[in-house]
Amino acid sequence: MTNDAVVVEGLTKVFNKNLVAVDHVDFTVKEGEIFGFLGPNGAGKTTTINMLITVLRPTEGGAVVCNHDILKDASGVRDCIGVVPQEYTADEDLTGFENVILCADLYGIPRDESKKRAEELLQLVELTKFKDKQVATYSGGMRRRLELACGLINRPHVFFLDEPTLGLDVQTRAATWNYIRLLKKQFGMTIFMTTHYLEEADMLCDRVAIIDRGKIIAMGAPNDLKESLGGDIMTLSIQDGEADVSDLIKKVSKVKEVKKQDGTYRIKVVDGEETAPTIIDAVRAEGHRVTRLSLTKPTLDEVYLEYTGRSIREEEESKEGFAAQRMAMRKARGQRSMGMGH
Amino acid sequence: MNENKSNSKNPLHGLWALTNRDLKKWYKNPIILLLGIIQPIIWMSLLGKAMNLGDMFTSFSPQLPPTIPQEQIKQVMSELSKQAMTQIFGTADYFSYMAVGMMSFVVMFTAMFSGMSMVFDRRLGFLNKVLSTPVARGSILMAKIFSAVIRALVQASIVLGIAYLLGLSVSADFTVLNLLGVYAALFLISMGLSSIFILIAIRSTKQETQMAVVNLLNLPLMFASNALFPASLMPEWLQTITRINPVTYATDATRQLILYNIDTHQLAIDFLFLGAFAVIFSTIGIVLSWRYLTK
Repeated sequence: MTNDAVVVEGLTKVFNKNLVAVDHVDFTVKEGEIFGFLGPNGAGKTTTINMLITVLRPTEGGAVVCNHDILKDASGVRDCIGVVPQEYTADEDLTGFENVILCADLYGIPRDESKKRAEELLQLVELTKFKDKQVATYSGGMRRRLELACGLINRPHVFFLDEPTLGLDVQTRAATWNYIRLLKKQFGMTIFMTTHYLEEADMLCDRVAIIDRGKIIAMGAPNDLKESLGGDIMTLSIQDGEADVSDLIKKVSKVKEVKKQDGTYRIKVVDGEETAPTIIDAVRAEGHRVTRLSLTKPTLDEVYLEYTGRSIREEEESKEGFAAQRMAMRKARGQRSMGMGH
Repeated sequence: MNENKSNSKNPLHGLWALTNRDLKKWYKNPIILLLGIIQPIIWMSLLGKAMNLGDMFTSFSPQLPPTIPQEQIKQVMSELSKQAMTQIFGTADYFSYMAVGMMSFVVMFTAMFSGMSMVFDRRLGFLNKVLSTPVARGSILMAKIFSAVIRALVQASIVLGIAYLLGLSVSADFTVLNLLGVYAALFLISMGLSSIFILIAIRSTKQETQMAVVNLLNLPLMFASNALFPASLMPEWLQTITRINPVTYATDATRQLILYNIDTHQLAIDFLFLGAFAVIFSTIGIVLSWRYLTK
């Protein structure tokens, strides 16, 4: 037995005998970390999470969640996990408080204890004022917070968050991150989350796995992944558009790669802040004048681009603003994935 | 960290919580309750009152030899009518006959729609959340069945109350015990029927399918039973269907208990059939829920 919170080996799910949603995935989530599963829609994130929370049976492979095998000891797993699904699952007809108590009952927590915990959790997510209001009157952000409270009622060892900020606006998303951090600090559990927001993975996660078309294509701490790209990106323009100083720049140490595009130079460089003055000096020494210079730290977007050849933003942007449609697609996928006979 | 010990817990934990959730959704929206009983009430008060079968014999002028005095004809016809109704319908009043049938009707409808909430729970992700908790899979299904049963019984009580106000002729030896018997019969049929319809919905995400199934089955179940009309007058092939239709047994049991002088033998058969029906289908439901709730 390991001390790792989640150990996944060769986990595979094939729907309808030909749609490979998750393809022999291996990874380990360490005790106490926030582990992010990053990928575009349809990459297999939710399918993976559903297998880990024992709602979906793997076609092949398996996993151990807090030392319980998801296949042999599903109820052991269920006892020690908390889940916040992608959908708003709180009952609209019930009040916030009633919803949390319902969740507690599902874990068989005695009523006096569950009342205490419910009050405490609702306070943490700042819903105490609204706890006796019907959930139908809640905003999207409030509902997310309610889901967080519900998911933590059994004091889970591993907390699963499936797209915790899906469909929220930018401010609410940032606020939700704060709640997640706060709850993590309060209860110290391991968090496994999926997201297709790069900045979310970057802000929250200790380590991320990038998943695309059912396969993990990169894994590591966000900073390591970014550094694995080989450095910062510098763009530079000189006054004389005709001249080519590429070779000149290449000679500077720590410069990895130089590309000239439409009169500007795109330079991949290690330790950009320190190398930039050296580059400027080298260009000046040959009598050229630098007119413009910018330095960007690599983002996970560039990591994603590097590994998949596509930009996650491009994929997202075409869908952004069609949240409803996206949800409909998820539902449709859900139907297919359930292998409905009728 | 993890304070829950699975072995110290009641294996049925969560059953009442889930049942209560469905019930709360129902009684917090009185409009749903109202819509559920409005149909049987329309049937009963319009069709039941309109089909005044007893008056068929007395409200026409038969062409008979003029030697028989009119007065005598009237008397004979009236007597005939009474005897025919009592022998065939068991009561002189068609309204009472079908009003009791309407209790089966409302129970049947509630059970049929119970599958819908299963479909919605799956679609909205609630079912997945519940499946990720240590609630027994069987409890998830039983909660659906129980909430349907409780809803059905409440609605049937309302229908019975309204029928009484509209002139239901309750038998002379009706006691509280009879009433308990009525509830027992309706409990069993709604348990069996809702098990079937929840089973149909167990893996479904399409409410359209559920609607189609309900539409397909409601009239056959209704008409191929004694709920509206005595099976004894039906053609043989139809009688065969009524004999396997649980609605027939529930309706017969409730009629015996409310309207008739109880035929103990027949009532025992009714309860045996209903009991077996409820036990068999709810057991199948629990067994299949272990296998099929999780995909």
